[in-house]
Amino acid sequence: MKAGPALRLKGLIAKEWRQVVRDPSSIAIAFVMPIILLFLFGFGVSLDARNVKLAFVTEAPSAVASRLAASFAHSEFFDLSLAATRQQAEAGLLARDYRGVLVLASDFDERWARAWDGRGSAPIQLILDGTDANTARLVQGYVEGAWGKWLQLEAMTEGRRIDIALMLDPRVWFNPEVRSRNFLVPGLIAIIMALIGTLLTALVVAREWERGTMEALITTPVTRLELLVGKLTPYFLLGMGGMALSVAMAVFVFDVPLRGSFFVLSGVSAVFMVSALALGLLISTLAKNQFVAGQIALVSAFLPAFMLSGFLFEISNMPAVIQGLTYLFAARYFVSALQTLFLAGNVWSVIVPDLLAMAALAAVLLLITAKRTPKGLD
Amino acid sequence: MWRRIRALVIKEFLAVWRDKRSRFVLIGPPLIQLVVFSYAATFDIKDAAMAVLDRDGGPEAQRLIDDFGNSGAFQITRHLRAGHEIKAVIDAKDVSVVMVIPENFSRRLKGGSAGVEAGRPAVIQFISDGRMSNSAQVLAGYATRILERHNAEWLKRHGGRPVPAAVVVTRWFNPNLDSQWFIVLGLVAVLTLVVVLIVVALSVARERELGTFDQLLVTPMRPIEVMIGKTLPGLVIGLGEATLIFAVAVLWFEIPFLGSVALLYGALVVYLLAVIGIGLMISSLVRTQQQAILGAFLFIVPAIILSGFASPVENMPDWVQWLTHANPIRYFLIIVRGIFLKGLPANLVLGQLWPMALIALVNLGLAAWLFRRRLY
Repeated sequence: MKAGPALRLKGLIAKEWRQVVRDPSSIAIAFVMPIILLFLFGFGVSLDARNVKLAFVTEAPSAVASRLAASFAHSEFFDLSLAATRQQAEAGLLARDYRGVLVLASDFDERWARAWDGRGSAPIQLILDGTDANTARLVQGYVEGAWGKWLQLEAMTEGRRIDIALMLDPRVWFNPEVRSRNFLVPGLIAIIMALIGTLLTALVVAREWERGTMEALITTPVTRLELLVGKLTPYFLLGMGGMALSVAMAVFVFDVPLRGSFFVLSGVSAVFMVSALALGLLISTLAKNQFVAGQIALVSAFLPAFMLSGFLFEISNMPAVIQGLTYLFAARYFVSALQTLFLAGNVWSVIVPDLLAMAALAAVLLLITAKRTPKGLD
Repeated sequence: MWRRIRALVIKEFLAVWRDKRSRFVLIGPPLIQLVVFSYAATFDIKDAAMAVLDRDGGPEAQRLIDDFGNSGAFQITRHLRAGHEIKAVIDAKDVSVVMVIPENFSRRLKGGSAGVEAGRPAVIQFISDGRMSNSAQVLAGYATRILERHNAEWLKRHGGRPVPAAVVVTRWFNPNLDSQWFIVLGLVAVLTLVVVLIVVALSVARERELGTFDQLLVTPMRPIEVMIGKTLPGLVIGLGEATLIFAVAVLWFEIPFLGSVALLYGALVVYLLAVIGIGLMISSLVRTQQQAILGAFLFIVPAIILSGFASPVENMPDWVQWLTHANPIRYFLIIVRGIFLKGLPANLVLGQLWPMALIALVNLGLAAWLFRRRLY
């Protein structure tokens, strides 16, 4: 008796599903991993430097110096400690006790007085720990900002005059409080989903090859297409469940605004999930070995999603060759679409190209997988 | 005892080396990642795309726009004609920032030179994309500096009172604030972690899955000998991997090395032991290779995020910072970056080394205990 394609497919999906339910590791990947990861990442990854540790050195104490120190100490950006000598502060910079050192030289007071009479200028020195270049750059901005504000206040209270012809009014759209979490959490969801989607399928099929059950499947009348659909369906459902959980956490735990529509978000996620699962299938089809499949999944899913997706490091700052490389990873489009959907809304000029690119990648990956799945034994 | 261990070590190396694919996995991906990620992971901004909406249209406004265009930080890619275009270019990510010069720019500029109380300064609006708030902050910093310079020049030409003092910035350890130095040195810790952990975690799981572990049990080897035999290959592979990356860092990326080689390798061995301890624990807890890989992932991913590799530990909430004290990567990152860029002296290295040594000791002790329990 010959079974029809629908019946075969049903049988396959039922088999995969039973495998999923019996082996708790798939369920752990889909549901426990996103909760733990998002929780840790959401709190762990932040580029907002607050309470930056600064040392303040005045080589000759004066009224101006203590007013300046007080103003810095009050700022929420700095955690100011007074250091007795420049040497002491510099040693602290080496030991990472401070991110930067502010120095008022011994002749500061004198030069300051002369500068107000229009002769020369009184410099204050900022020594930064450049090891973490990004933080150093942010700290420099904070110090310059605080310094400028103090200067204006000082001029006002002392009845002096400073001429300012130009002023900057910076506005950050979509994220006015400049909370890095608002753009990092949507990106993190993309990375976690890339990892989970790929892992779910990468390990499963590799295991079947190792155990020889894949060969048993091949000898049945199941077609390649049925095999692919049968393998993808249960894991797709699991992955989407994990996705829903992550979105809920982003909105309710991390207070990230969701300005786009939920339906568009679901559609985008579904397309991405297929591409991630397809990558996993391809990996396990090529590797046929769990050790290699695991390594490749890490190399081709998690690390590129982390480094090449634009979630933390902006793609437009990368060299052209690397920028070209980022087009090959679906995470790039998913990060961009998620950040836009969460913070800006349904911006079709961003979402439609992202969606098309992800769909194209998924199609190519599935096609290669189908081609590389042998129909018959060698 | 040592002869037995030597035999096991040789067997382990053969197991990894014989398979062409696992051999490639040890060397290929780490090198590719090192090169790709070192160039990809940059916070440095060059030529940020900028749109200008010039509502003034005067020569002074043009002078300011030129200042921005020639700064190296910005590249003016669009000239807007009306306010409603701003939303379109920002939404679609056509540009990173939009600068709006108000129609009263020329008038205010002239009034401003007569003092704060006479005329108010001209206010330049600087709109950036919050989907990338780190860049937004850095770009605002650049813009402030360009405006300050422009301000000072204007006052010089038109006889106003300039700002009496300025911040003079000196950057130590990385004068050009090249974030590549930060990332490449971080990758030493991350890439060796990934390779060593997977090799060690899978070594026992594979034997268990294939049934050869039972054969090990009937040999005269004691559990501690089996453990040492599984530890040494990981240590050797990790040392080789890290040496390769150090070489690339110094020779290819030209990162200065100011510290002591002996301190660096001492710290590396302690770090690798801590990592191997975790790998052995995973190995003795799991039954299949799949579970071993999952276990390794479950450790690797959060451990990298909560290490200070990409975002500083100080920015994390207190309870997360407290958690990071159990993370060996945290200490090793400080040591590697410190020894390379700062020439960290021995006493400061030791301050980071002893917690890592403690972690290694606890990990290996736990692994030994688990090993003994699972063997019988």
